[in-house]
Amino acid sequence: MIQAATRAERAWRVLDGVPDPEVPALSVRDLGIVRDVIDHGETLEVVLTPTYSGCPATEVIEKSVLDAIEAEGLGPARATLRRAPAWTTDWISAEGKRKLNDYGIAPPGPVTADGAVPIRFVGRRAALRIACPRCGSSDTERQSAFGSTACKALYRCLACREPFEHFKPI
Amino acid sequence: MQGSISLGNDPKFQYLLRIGDTTLVLGQRIAEWCGHAPVLEEDIALANMALDLIGQARAVLTHAGAVDGRGHDEDQLAFLRAERDYRNVTLAELPRGDFAFTVVRNTIVATFLKLLWEKLADSSDAELAAIAGKAVKEARYHQQHAADWVARLGDGTDESRRRTESALATAWLYTPELFAADAVDEAARASGLGPRWSELKDAWLAEMTEILAEGGLAVPGEQSFVSTGKQGVHTEHMGHMLSEMQHLQRAFPGGAW
Repeated sequence: MIQAATRAERAWRVLDGVPDPEVPALSVRDLGIVRDVIDHGETLEVVLTPTYSGCPATEVIEKSVLDAIEAEGLGPARATLRRAPAWTTDWISAEGKRKLNDYGIAPPGPVTADGAVPIRFVGRRAALRIACPRCGSSDTERQSAFGSTACKALYRCLACREPFEHFKPI
Repeated sequence: MQGSISLGNDPKFQYLLRIGDTTLVLGQRIAEWCGHAPVLEEDIALANMALDLIGQARAVLTHAGAVDGRGHDEDQLAFLRAERDYRNVTLAELPRGDFAFTVVRNTIVATFLKLLWEKLADSSDAELAAIAGKAVKEARYHQQHAADWVARLGDGTDESRRRTESALATAWLYTPELFAADAVDEAARASGLGPRWSELKDAWLAEMTEILAEGGLAVPGEQSFVSTGKQGVHTEHMGHMLSEMQHLQRAFPGGAW
């Protein structure tokens, strides 16, 4: 028997079509920042976890999520912020990582077990080589740990000579 | 002209202000590099770190306002206090100086904040613990980035080494304040809110020693002077910084984007 999708299930599908404002190749769902959708009867609650403390996109994301849900007739909806557990790049879906690479951003590797990074002195040719999203070569070097947004680092490929961005594991 | 707000003296509120104000004020100082850093990549990196710090300040000050219970939000706390009501450590408010000073200060403070956030992630205050869980990840990147520069500048040219040594001599004078515990710390320790800041000193000194050694730099000796920013007694630089930071909210009360 085919059951009609619930309101929350329909909302999840709508969220597949809401892009991240800074990395529009990814939906907010690919990015793993939508943690829950709860149907309270009257209102629909969307639970979001911010990527970085100072991410200026947080407010824009909230608004675009609510606009998309209400445009689909699933409102009224409200967004709530859940800080714990903290967002990690491990929550980016496999599909999301593939989309990042296709978009020209080298996806993050897994975050280390406890997340703790001892002080590492990494030269420009980092010990951990990031594969170039354009030509696939691992002959790359880091130019800066911070890029156009807090979540990305700047790299350069020494094989195809193209600059690219890397989504940092966090 | 918007007047200043008045605040409570609850130790929990004071402990939160020390964290929120240190991140706010350092974020403001680092942001002054925007458009002025020696290379474009560093301009972007500094702006990103300032953004993280101000984001952390927003969360902590919002929570502090709720704890104080007088209905003040993050903006009112950030922009409408008198100088004596700010509780940041003095080191954070010093002028940005040259690039070497910025690198040295960022290393000192990021190492300290990383260790503090690690402890606060286990706070008995669930909201503070949640903020810390996010902030510690950011602080690790800040520390690593600044430490990489210490190695590069300390082990660079004669000029970069001279400037880094001079920056270290100045910044180190303000480090005892980071670890000066008082009644606010005792109350935080007793309630499980957070550690006495003095408890962080050994780990901080061990990491700083390792970082400085990478740049061939010696750890300065113990200092007896203890600055007093955490008590609200600031340097002559604080008022000038606040006048710029507060100008819009004072001139246009309640103005919003």
